[in-house]
Amino acid sequence: MKFAIPVFPGSNCDYDLLNALRDCLHTPADLVPATTTDLSGYDAVILPGGFSYGDYLRSGAIARFAPVMTAVKAFANSGKPVMGICNGFQILTEAGLLPGALQANESSKFICQVSALHVSNTDTRFTTAYARHQDIKLPIAHGEGNYYCDDATLAELKAHNQIVFEYVDNPNGSVANIAGIVNRRGNVLGMMPHPERAVETILGSVDGLGIFDSLLMNHVQGDAHVENR
Amino acid sequence: MLKTAKLTPEAIRDTQAYQQLGLTADEYRLICEQVLHRLPNYTEVGLFSGMWSEHCSYKNSKPVLKKFWTQGDHVLAGPGEGAGIIDIGDGQAVVFKAESHNHPSAVEPYEGAATGVGGIIRDIFSMGAKPVALLDSLRFGEPTDSATTYLISQVVAGIGGYGNCIGIPTIGGDMAFDACYQKNPLVNAMCIGLLNHADMQKGQATGVGNQIIYVGAKTGRDGINGASFASAEFNDAKETQRSAVQVGDPFMEKLLMDACLEVIHEHRDSLVGIQDMGAAGLVSSSAEMASKAGSGLKLNLDLVPQREADMTAFELMLSESQERMLLCIKQGSAAEIREVFDKYGLDAVVIGEVVPGHQYQLVHHGVLEADVPVDALATQAPVYQREKRRPQRLDQQVTTQFVPTISDVTATLKQLLQQPTIASKRSLFETYDSQVQTNTVVRPGSDAGVIRIRQTDKALAMTTDVNGRYLHLNPRVGGEMAVAEAARNIVASGGLPLGVTDCLNFGNPEKPEQFYDLDEAAQGISRACQLFNTPVISGNVSLNNESNGEPIYPTPMIGMVGLIKHLRDVTTQDFKQAGDKVYVVGATHADFNGSECQKMLTGQVSGNLFDFDLATEHRHQKLVLEAIQAGLVASAHDVSEGGLITTIAESCFGGDLGVTLTSQLPAVQFFAETQSRFVVSVTPEYQAAFEALMQETITYLGVTTAEDRLWVKTADQAFDLPVSEAKKLWEGALPCLLK
Repeated sequence: MKFAIPVFPGSNCDYDLLNALRDCLHTPADLVPATTTDLSGYDAVILPGGFSYGDYLRSGAIARFAPVMTAVKAFANSGKPVMGICNGFQILTEAGLLPGALQANESSKFICQVSALHVSNTDTRFTTAYARHQDIKLPIAHGEGNYYCDDATLAELKAHNQIVFEYVDNPNGSVANIAGIVNRRGNVLGMMPHPERAVETILGSVDGLGIFDSLLMNHVQGDAHVENR
Repeated sequence: MLKTAKLTPEAIRDTQAYQQLGLTADEYRLICEQVLHRLPNYTEVGLFSGMWSEHCSYKNSKPVLKKFWTQGDHVLAGPGEGAGIIDIGDGQAVVFKAESHNHPSAVEPYEGAATGVGGIIRDIFSMGAKPVALLDSLRFGEPTDSATTYLISQVVAGIGGYGNCIGIPTIGGDMAFDACYQKNPLVNAMCIGLLNHADMQKGQATGVGNQIIYVGAKTGRDGINGASFASAEFNDAKETQRSAVQVGDPFMEKLLMDACLEVIHEHRDSLVGIQDMGAAGLVSSSAEMASKAGSGLKLNLDLVPQREADMTAFELMLSESQERMLLCIKQGSAAEIREVFDKYGLDAVVIGEVVPGHQYQLVHHGVLEADVPVDALATQAPVYQREKRRPQRLDQQVTTQFVPTISDVTATLKQLLQQPTIASKRSLFETYDSQVQTNTVVRPGSDAGVIRIRQTDKALAMTTDVNGRYLHLNPRVGGEMAVAEAARNIVASGGLPLGVTDCLNFGNPEKPEQFYDLDEAAQGISRACQLFNTPVISGNVSLNNESNGEPIYPTPMIGMVGLIKHLRDVTTQDFKQAGDKVYVVGATHADFNGSECQKMLTGQVSGNLFDFDLATEHRHQKLVLEAIQAGLVASAHDVSEGGLITTIAESCFGGDLGVTLTSQLPAVQFFAETQSRFVVSVTPEYQAAFEALMQETITYLGVTTAEDRLWVKTADQAFDLPVSEAKKLWEGALPCLLK
């Protein structure tokens, strides 16, 4: 399974993700520039964290216009897995690939800490490696991770089991403690926590491996979990 | 500025306009009579004012800096380059430097702090190194008034804003509070980089015909003559200094860093030299590069990328606009280099070339605006041997140690844990991304931050330390202690101290008492560095840290990096499990002068500083490191501010463990700040081996427990409280003060 990691000017978790995939998951992965328009040959796309274009406007608001995003949309529409971590999640909401928006943290400050998370849906192609209702710990590091959506959207998310990760102790004011969601179809995941920072014991946690393991496992199994259940 | 630019050389002389720019009458005369043999024009006066400022020339501190011990087998580059370099084996080296941004941060705290971080990062990657970690050493007034809490929140936000965006983890530092810093906060930033020997760069412009290429942000009118501003004292009447502070753009710097490292790695044959445009901007970078190579230089200022219209030569040369670098490249390689920067969307413009001779020439609108000897700017600033006089405060001190009388030591401990200097800084350092780059093994909050070195079994430990109170009581011994504490932090983390960078934050060196402090402190630092084999490889000097005539405590910040030889040696301060044996390494005495306890109970810091023996310190450090490397130690924590009881409490907090300890010491001595001590925990299976190794240096205190209780029975009283309660007070104090 081959991963593409689109790199926007200002992305800064691109190498972390690349190292996690190559060195810890032993799976091929490439950094691709934001000018790329062709993602053929890849089996999954992960948008990395960072401050795309400086994020001096709203986070992700400029990145969504990058050429690569047209390809990412087509990739997602074809049913292949797309994931956005932190700034990647912000970009996915700005691009309309996921509902809602990420606002400034309730404290109005950047927060870097280890967050306890509840895996609320273990049936997605991103989470099957986790035990049902497993609690995990992943690092968070963001200034704008406060997930917001209106009541109708929240009802939709709940009705279709789209909330994948919930904070045990909400650090940023997110609606319904939301830390990560999938789209209705289940092939696009956005999450504020950083699984790529939790892939080695020496870094303090390996709880992030489950996401990548799930992707690899479900790919081998012939995309059996493409549709969200 | 525009009007003064039209001043004729004669008018500058007659109106003494050079003084406004920071040159003294003697310095001006020297330029006229000995350097140029004519009157300088306004642009030339500007060049000298920037280059001869303390910030660029070290004219007041050079005689002191010469005393530093800078040798050592592993030093690949010492003071004089952008940053110092130390070999760590396997073809790799560690590069580090610290820089102060005190004055800018006092005037505009967010941008002042942010650009301090940005500047030190450029110093590191200009050596060819990839920046891998940041630390920050901060000093503020008591956080009890809104002006101070505003400063704190803005400085912290500025540091985070820059480091988080550019993607370099902020993994440590230190922070303390005393009234003397109220109007003159200290903001010292340190950056650490990893370098492959083959990529090592120099800031030099050699080879006639080679080209000078300007890269990065455009030049604007920000930070004009900031180096001179930073080298002056503050007073309330001068509220017009804001325009001397620069504005940072970490996104731009990320692009600039990535592009420069790409040029260094992939266009090595075309690159001759590279240097950051820091203090005194374009003039300092270009003049230093030419001077180091013994070259002449000619620049065409019309070609400098400009953000604002009608900038004068003076403004262009002295602007401290951020995120700019200067490269010297081989003749004919401009297109190749420009292509790299184009990819990142950055300006890269040839603005001049290396010329025969030794003159520094600037052409603007077809006029030769400056024509001065390169070395006169870069290396021939006058050096002042300042007068040194022992301050009265050191002779008026009572010679006995303050000994507190405390009826309820548990209550005092609770109070102590809430003192701003002691209290947890978590609420502040949690706003820094400490994990980006995924190498952080020990995050902020332990004795030192630790990052692993990929593809090896090694790691780097790093810390910043200094206790200005100790130096206030005895600048020389306090200087020794600053190095000792830094080394203790490295050792407690499992590392072998490698080397030191410093920010020498002092008062006005023209006042003999304050020069005394600087000179004495430097001697103390040097002596300790020599003994610990930690050469001073880089640093900066920040003088005139005074407001309205009152200096700060002498505060030479020591930044230290250590090498952890094997990842298994990485050690933190937290107790690991119940049932482990707890020891204190080193003897405890009634040492209270300068202590947190003295300040808390008496409201001041006074008396003779207690005794300190470097040899004992060194012996204890060697033993602790040996014990760690032998795998005998579960946790190690250096004993510093707040004394033994604070150290024990902090070791309990991380793992939420309790302790049951017994000591023959009187309870008050648990607040003493005797140096050369560690609190160490050891699993029972290693108890015998540990005791055999450490011999008489250790005292057994008791065991860790799974109970929520910190219980320490002493010769007279007992400390007794729930760990959870102590932790709550310790963690809650700063957020409460800063609300």
